[in-house]
Amino acid sequence: MDPKMQTRHLDFYYGENQVLKRVSLNMKERQITAMIGPSGCGKSTLLRVLNRMNEVIPDTRLQGEVLLDGNDIYASGVDVVEVRKRVGMVFQQPNPFPKTIYENIVFGPKMLGRRDKAYLNETVERSLRAAALWDEIKDDLSKSGLALSGGQQQRLCIARALAIEPEVILMDEPCSALDPVSTLKIEELMQELKKQYTIVIVTHNMQQAARVSDWAGFLLMGELVEYAETNEIFSRPQDKRTEDYITGRFG
Amino acid sequence: MEIRTIFHRRLREIQNDVLAMGSMVEKAIDRSVTALKQRDLKLAQEIIDNDQMIDRRRFEIEENCVELIATQQPMASDLRTIICVLSIITELERIGDHAEGIAKIVIMIGNEPPLKPLIDIPRMAENTSNMLHRSLQALVDRDAEAAKQIAAEDDEVDHLYTQVFRELLSFMIEDPKTITRATRLIWVAHNLERSADRVTNICERVVFNVTGRMEEIGASKY
Repeated sequence: MDPKMQTRHLDFYYGENQVLKRVSLNMKERQITAMIGPSGCGKSTLLRVLNRMNEVIPDTRLQGEVLLDGNDIYASGVDVVEVRKRVGMVFQQPNPFPKTIYENIVFGPKMLGRRDKAYLNETVERSLRAAALWDEIKDDLSKSGLALSGGQQQRLCIARALAIEPEVILMDEPCSALDPVSTLKIEELMQELKKQYTIVIVTHNMQQAARVSDWAGFLLMGELVEYAETNEIFSRPQDKRTEDYITGRFG
Repeated sequence: MEIRTIFHRRLREIQNDVLAMGSMVEKAIDRSVTALKQRDLKLAQEIIDNDQMIDRRRFEIEENCVELIATQQPMASDLRTIICVLSIITELERIGDHAEGIAKIVIMIGNEPPLKPLIDIPRMAENTSNMLHRSLQALVDRDAEAAKQIAAEDDEVDHLYTQVFRELLSFMIEDPKTITRATRLIWVAHNLERSADRVTNICERVVFNVTGRMEEIGASKY
């Protein structure tokens, strides 16, 4: 099966500073790929490059290819809005808009020109159900998204990402601001979501990467040191640097 | 820079505990055959009593392993070491039982006249406890090659067992009055043969600890 997303010989620079070095990575369809590595290793940068979020940061440069279904998302003529519609993102801090729960979810579809009320209503229910939040808040759709608990806010953000029917979901430390129970709920949810979506997650929490992902990559100073099935990475890593990192012999 | 110093110190302590338990078991094997050679019933009883200490030691190590898994979430080679230790202490405990089994046979034999001078049985015991000692050293040294080498030496113990069996069989055929005494000696040899097999299991675990691959090495003839 062809990978859903792929980077090929990817270099990325902030000014003169190279933060990704010839990273070649296959992200398989309907699988969860986790990136681990110490702070500053380039994992969040890699994630942002996957839906062109890096472009909002000035003085950056990219070489190599990022393919979505085999097509380079950086090729000339590619619409960045279209890319971000297909590749959604969930951030570290839950960041609902200061609007109602309902409005939070229909925001994306409305931006993309959907006005049809029946469609929007259906999207709200579908997205909230998919984010395992519907049963908890279905009677409170007109409440502010900010009134929800942290864990609920994060699931609202996931629902918001799902509302535009993406194919890939990028998650940047999605649980780092959440309590353990909310964290486990998100992890459970990810297992449901992967039946339909391709997920790429960046996490500092190695146990989380081990629990949720199918594939795991270890990044160190911009270099993809090792990439393999998660079970392999956490039970018998091949590279000594990976071994030393995950067993806490350096960090 | 080493970060998990406390965790890794505890992991080393556990491996030292395994060495200590191993030397208890080694001693039990050696002494059981000494008791047999010297008809020392008191020593035999001591081995039987000491086996409880070996069992207790095993539970202590097991508890420490479970605690480390529960509290430290070990990964990769650290996880393998703990899993490996859990298997090895089970093997050690059973080798201890084999030594206890020999001690019980010694008591059963009591003061019956010896059937013949013991040559191959002490040799089996010596080989087995030597293999055991080195297999645990290989664990600490993370030496897979040594472990494979030690496992291969089980063939020699198997060979001695065959020899003992044949010889005792010939005694029984020539003179049925020796059947009881000869059978007891076969039981002793069998306990030693099983012990050496368990050492090869330990060697397999040592290989797994180093390489991360489970593989069967040197399947025993018996």
